[in-house]
Amino acid sequence: MTEPAAPLIEGLGGVAGLSATVPEGGEVQVIASGWKLALREFFDNKLAVLGLAVIVLFVLFCFIGPLIHPSNQSLVNPLNTDLAPGHGHALGTDENGFDEFGRIMLGGQTALEIGFFAATIATVIGTLWGAISGLAGGIVDGIMMRMVDILLSIPLLFIVLVLATKYSGTVVKLSLLIGLWAWPIPSRLVRGEVLTLRERDFVSAARVMGATRARIILRHLIPNALSVVIVNVTFQIADSILILAYIGFLGFGLQFPATSWGDMLGGAQNYVTEGYWWLVYPVGGCLVALVLATNLVGDALRDAFDVRLRRR
Amino acid sequence: MIGYIIRRLATAVIVVLGVAAIIFALLHWLAPSPAYDVLGPKAQPAAVASWSRLHGYDRPEIEQFFTYLTNLVHLNFGYSYKLSQSVSALFKENAGRSAYLTGAALVLSLIIAIPLGIMQAVRRNTVEDYTFTTLNFVLYSMPSFFLGLILIQFLALDWGIFPPGVSSSITTTWQAFTHPAQLTLPIVTLAAINVASFSRYMRSSALDNLAQDYIRLARAKGLSERAVLARHLFRNASLPMITLVGLSIPTLLVGNLLTEYLFNYPGLGLLFYTALGNLDYNVLLAYVILGAILTVLGNLIADIAIAAADPRVRLD
Repeated sequence: MTEPAAPLIEGLGGVAGLSATVPEGGEVQVIASGWKLALREFFDNKLAVLGLAVIVLFVLFCFIGPLIHPSNQSLVNPLNTDLAPGHGHALGTDENGFDEFGRIMLGGQTALEIGFFAATIATVIGTLWGAISGLAGGIVDGIMMRMVDILLSIPLLFIVLVLATKYSGTVVKLSLLIGLWAWPIPSRLVRGEVLTLRERDFVSAARVMGATRARIILRHLIPNALSVVIVNVTFQIADSILILAYIGFLGFGLQFPATSWGDMLGGAQNYVTEGYWWLVYPVGGCLVALVLATNLVGDALRDAFDVRLRRR
Repeated sequence: MIGYIIRRLATAVIVVLGVAAIIFALLHWLAPSPAYDVLGPKAQPAAVASWSRLHGYDRPEIEQFFTYLTNLVHLNFGYSYKLSQSVSALFKENAGRSAYLTGAALVLSLIIAIPLGIMQAVRRNTVEDYTFTTLNFVLYSMPSFFLGLILIQFLALDWGIFPPGVSSSITTTWQAFTHPAQLTLPIVTLAAINVASFSRYMRSSALDNLAQDYIRLARAKGLSERAVLARHLFRNASLPMITLVGLSIPTLLVGNLLTEYLFNYPGLGLLFYTALGNLDYNVLLAYVILGAILTVLGNLIADIAIAAADPRVRLD
């Protein structure tokens, strides 16, 4: 992205962002706000823009796609099972006679929804937990962080699978299941950030002015730790989509006829042996592409927020 | 050093105790009493109550928790009423095969990732470097079972080099070891997951070290580039691998589950998968706690090993 046209006052952040080309007397250089710099850095990264474009494409494909390409996804059709691509089915049909192209859209919807919801749940809990722990310090911090250590040492997929034997089948249940076990990672990151922030003058100033702890956490600490949180959300989304794929692949995902990409790959060993390639590679390719795109965006955001790598 | 080890050991014990408490709570929530497994789903409530009383499942939870902990210390992980065997016996039976698969995969991933990372760092920002960085990034974003499926498609079904699944005649660890063709695809699948993350760290660690004075000195005194890389860079740049291997245990366990399921290789992962289908919570939660203990041990050993290997690590 080239130098943006010079607007005199920026809305976001309320900081006047005078362009570098404007200075008249050459005396004061107003540095653009951190968010704007990070955003510019992000959009300068070609891979990041590609990743973002892929994500947007998938959202459109999965949510708008079914309106353009409607297909039967609920009534089993035993006469049309395992058809090869062609014959009015761009990607053939699966073992229930469902149109595979439409089914990828349906499976993508749940993957995107669960990825987003689970990451949101994990991030909200983790951010609050980490901020409270970091600000409280002392014994409260010690206890809260030991709890995080305990949860982090339990392999996530295992505990989620055990609980999925009882609580699985819908988007809401799976999002809760993943989100409620994935929050320790963001909580640790936010706590680390809060530990450095709480020593800063603006926090002392707020405290002197009589701000309550809740206000300090919600208005001062969390907004300043937001860059860490945002970077983590993208990785959480990628991880949640992968975890969902594993759960589905092992057969504990969504309730039929609802589906996710992992569920669709549940019978993949047989499809590969039978030569039904259209039931394996398109779905798997979508899964890899979406996770890859999300990871690209996450990496680029991390670089964009990293002050050390930034030009001014 | 001794003090540091004792302190780390104490934290590890606290974490394992916490995990045990969580697992115990889950066990009680999901399967309060095995009475129905033993007496059948249509058992009379009175019979269930008397069975529970006889076997101590009606005692206060805290008392049952202490029994659970005592058993755990004696490596007694409970009893699988679905398979009519103690969980410890099931673990013992399957652990060897899983350990072989996972250990071989870990060794293979290190053999590939360390030279790869050094090579990428030496030829940084060349076509080779970009190619492998991209490849690693794709591999990192790929569910392991999908990679396994691709390998099965090409190496087993299309070209017939390796069998698509592990033969059911492989029953002992020794047989698995002496039939390398059977195990090649599972080992490669499991190794690939770690190659992606290991070589990424290795590359950046090698890059950091290449800029150090000792490398310039080694070159200045006339050592061949090969000796500089193999003797000086390799040892110093590999230090972060110690920590990384310790941290990779959860990933390995998850990969082990998926690989064993995909290739139908009988080990702890397949045992866990079967228990999922049977709702055999004693086996399931015992494996979760075993996984947690291995994770804690991995971290602990890595912390101690890095402190022993790198004198710059400060112990506090």
